Amino acid sequence: MNRHVKINSARIAAQSHFRTLRLGTPFQPRIDALAKTQDWYNWAGYRAPHSLWDEELEYFAIRSQAALFDISPMTKYRIEGPDAEAFLDRVTLRDVTKLRPGRIHYTAWCDDEGFVLDDGTLFRLSPTRFRLCSQERHLPWLLDSAIGFDVTVKEETEAVAGLALQGPTSFAALRDAGFAGVEKLRVFDLADFAHDGSTVTISRTGFTGDLGYELFVPADKALSLWDRLMTSGELHGIRAIGYTALNRARLEAGLIVANADFTTAEHAIRADRLRMPDEIGLGFMIDLEKGHFNGRRAILAARAKCKLRHVLVGLEIEGNIPAEHAIVYHKKSGEVGLVSAAMWSPMAKRNIAIASLARPYGDTVVEDLWVEIYAMRELQYQKLMKRAKVVARPFIKLERRTTTPPADF
Amino acid sequence: MTSFDAIVIGCGHNGLVTAATLATAGRKVLVLEAGKEVGGAARTEEFAPGFRGSSVAHLLNRLHPDVVKTLELEKHGLKIARADFIPSVALSKNGPPLVLHGAYGEVLTGASSSEQSAWRDLRAQLLRYAGILKPFLSRRPPDLDGMSLLETASLGQTALALRKLGKEDMRDFLRVLLMNVADLLDEQLEDIRLKGLLAFDATLGCHLGPRSPTSLLGLYYRLAGETGGAAGAQMLPQGGMGAVVAAIRASAERAGVVIRISAPVAKIVVEKGRAVGVTLDNGEELRASTIVSAINPATTFLDLVGPREIDTGFVRKVKNIRMRGDAAKLNLALDRPPQFTGVDAAGHNGRLVIAPSPDHVERAFNPSKYGEFSQEPVMEITLPSLADPSLAPGGACVLSTVVQYAPYALKEGWVAGKPKFLKAIMAQLEAYAPSIGKSIVHAELLTPADIETRYRMPGGHWHHGELQADQMLMSRPVSSWSGYDTPIEGLFLAGAGSHPGGGVSGAPGLNAAWRIIAMGR
Ligand SMILES: Cc1cc2nc3c(=O)[nH]c(=O)nc-3n(C[C@H](O)[C@H](O)[C@H](O)COP(=O)(O)OP(=O)(O)OC[C@H]3O[C@@H](n4cnc5c(N)ncnc54)[C@H](O)[C@@H]3O)c2cc1C
Repeated sequence: MNRHVKINSARIAAQSHFRTLRLGTPFQPRIDALAKTQDWYNWAGYRAPHSLWDEELEYFAIRSQAALFDISPMTKYRIEGPDAEAFLDRVTLRDVTKLRPGRIHYTAWCDDEGFVLDDGTLFRLSPTRFRLCSQERHLPWLLDSAIGFDVTVKEETEAVAGLALQGPTSFAALRDAGFAGVEKLRVFDLADFAHDGSTVTISRTGFTGDLGYELFVPADKALSLWDRLMTSGELHGIRAIGYTALNRARLEAGLIVANADFTTAEHAIRADRLRMPDEIGLGFMIDLEKGHFNGRRAILAARAKCKLRHVLVGLEIEGNIPAEHAIVYHKKSGEVGLVSAAMWSPMAKRNIAIASLARPYGDTVVEDLWVEIYAMRELQYQKLMKRAKVVARPFIKLERRTTTPPADF
Repeated sequence: MTSFDAIVIGCGHNGLVTAATLATAGRKVLVLEAGKEVGGAARTEEFAPGFRGSSVAHLLNRLHPDVVKTLELEKHGLKIARADFIPSVALSKNGPPLVLHGAYGEVLTGASSSEQSAWRDLRAQLLRYAGILKPFLSRRPPDLDGMSLLETASLGQTALALRKLGKEDMRDFLRVLLMNVADLLDEQLEDIRLKGLLAFDATLGCHLGPRSPTSLLGLYYRLAGETGGAAGAQMLPQGGMGAVVAAIRASAERAGVVIRISAPVAKIVVEKGRAVGVTLDNGEELRASTIVSAINPATTFLDLVGPREIDTGFVRKVKNIRMRGDAAKLNLALDRPPQFTGVDAAGHNGRLVIAPSPDHVERAFNPSKYGEFSQEPVMEITLPSLADPSLAPGGACVLSTVVQYAPYALKEGWVAGKPKFLKAIMAQLEAYAPSIGKSIVHAELLTPADIETRYRMPGGHWHHGELQADQMLMSRPVSSWSGYDTPIEGLFLAGAGSHPGGGVSGAPGLNAAWRIIAMGR
């Protein structure tokens, strides 16, 4: 009897995951202390803030100060071994052999049918070691893809804490934190720096189209890194922010979010929701000159047979009312697509949106496109038919994003 | 150096059929065989001084008529006549055996008259239902996206055949399709000897017992085969199974096929998603625009092509193909013909089956689920030297028997298990042919592990992949790729691992060749 109870409680203890419905990240104590709005959402099982104190001001922290955003919930894989490069070259669309150690590229990966499983960033930490960051989880896919390769794939989402530090004064904050040499980092460079008896990997990357960095540390060094940045950043206006602000910045930068702007292949239930890279603006990643990669055959066939049915475009919409999730029409009547993200851009001073359209609309037919915006005005919808123009992304281009060494704002 | 239009990997009977068919259509074809002999599991070999026999496959019961016709095998030495059909004898320890004569029991003897009439009805029904499946089990499986007119037409024929059945019969066809064979037999028959024989035939070569769901399909598969125009008929080819291969080979060489033995292919060379040649294990590279793999599909993709050249989802599917064999082969050299109790001379020339009841077959199957061999195995026995004295020294005899169940992954390992299994088989044989043990000159037992290494058949599997509902038709060898073409352009599959499956039929080989020709390659 006693023994029975003991075994039972041991088993329950090993399964205690359900007691915490939303995990905290390694930065949670600091974030909780700053969370005035208590406005949380669920990011891959973590408790993440929509906003901490004021959405508007958090957005402007990105554009005129330095904004600190916790990216720890981002899925991270450590991929290591003599065949790591060949493995990733087979899994992902872009040519990994061209990615030098100390560099990062934005890439995506597909299933056999050429449908996008996810997009993400690939960090080349050394000739034989990589970190792949993404929105969704892919361990079974990556492990099955590793068959026949001398490579190990490990999930390190929990072990590694991540921060994005974005905005014009982000460089000054890092420099004053004592990360000597960080000024040398060009966009998509990465380097290791000493931190608290350990190492922090700093890359000049981000999701804002602004000058900015991302920092990765072992989870147990997370709080000391946070404190170090907050201290050095104080005079540079550093602020912790939530996702709403970041989401606006990324839209201005024209960047897409998996399962917001397109449905990833493993999540799509309806067959017509699957998307090939060419259909979500990622066709540029496809490298037919490199070796075999997942989905190559299907992508080539779809291109040859003109089976690409959709296109993802940037829109500029007349007026200033955000066209969030508005239907896109041709000649004000034929439904041709849907807006997946929209905002009035304070930086571009334009009403911008990202939309998915059914070809040929948005592809060869770009004239006479409209969006129908339902604006709620005191319990009544006001239906607005607004002209939409297909425009290039990004919607804003900031020189400070790429200038090296960065200016001291 | 001669250049070839097509290179066929593997000179089993299917590889030969593909090569011969392609060559007949004007292609220059090279066949590369790893072993020192052609034929794969369909060979005649000397297994003891002066004793020759069909090393693995011994009974011819499904060589496809289109293969015989297209390759003009009768001109090249293959003889198939009604007189060659042999009976199936359900052995009994005590009492007279039950015998199915002609083409799968046109006449049944040794059973009560009521059982005889029940059998007539059941046989007719089985053949009618197998006949419906026949077009599916011979032609290229239906292509779900984009079927050619011809393919649609042959499917239409099946629909028509179904309609001709009549409403009641059609309902019954659909009702029983996925049944287990034991339940169906219990519905219609009484005699456990007859039921035992049919239960054995339905499960032969598969990891199924008679009571495993869908086991009836195995019987349909068997009856969809024909010999000399008669469905379900069987024969022992003169000269052993190697003689059948010799006829196919003669036809192939006549058409200009070049065969190289002792030439194991180590790699299929793929450039930009296209197969362009092969590399032998000695490093020699040979190029051709069409590469046909008539070997195991998993070996083809995981070893010769390699996972790097194919998509992850496809690798998953290929890795999931089940192919652990359960059938062993015992070849005995005997100093005199054995005497099976109660069996007459004609019976000794037939196929002697030890499967006394469906329960017995089921009990033989049970241990194999847990990695153990049957203590009282079931088996089919032939004595080919009786009708073909050239196979054994004067007065002596060859006994060839296929034995189940011998799981490929035996828990104790086959080094330890093989002598014990041989003892179990011999005890069974002794019970039906008393003092047979005293006449043994040599015994060669091939476990699935032996068959794997000797004949390069992964898992030692009869069909190069389980032939069960989920690995048949559009799902053979894997779903989306059942039409002999593969994700690698210019690479085709042609072996038993492809639709319709194994056995000496030549059907996968022939269909593959037709597919290649239809694609204008
Ligand atoms: C125990 C047992 C009993 C059987 N009894 C019967 C029976 O009585 N009747 C019947 O009809 N069927 C029987 N079968 C089934 C039948 O033997 C097979 O289904 C059939 O022989 C398969 O033919 P195949 O040409 O597709 O392949 P295989 O016969 O396996 O031929 C493949 C050939 O490819 C060669 N090869 C493999 N790898 C390479 C490489 N890398 N490079 C070059 N060459 C390579 C092999 O050496 C082999 O010669 C039996 C099977 C077993 C296991």
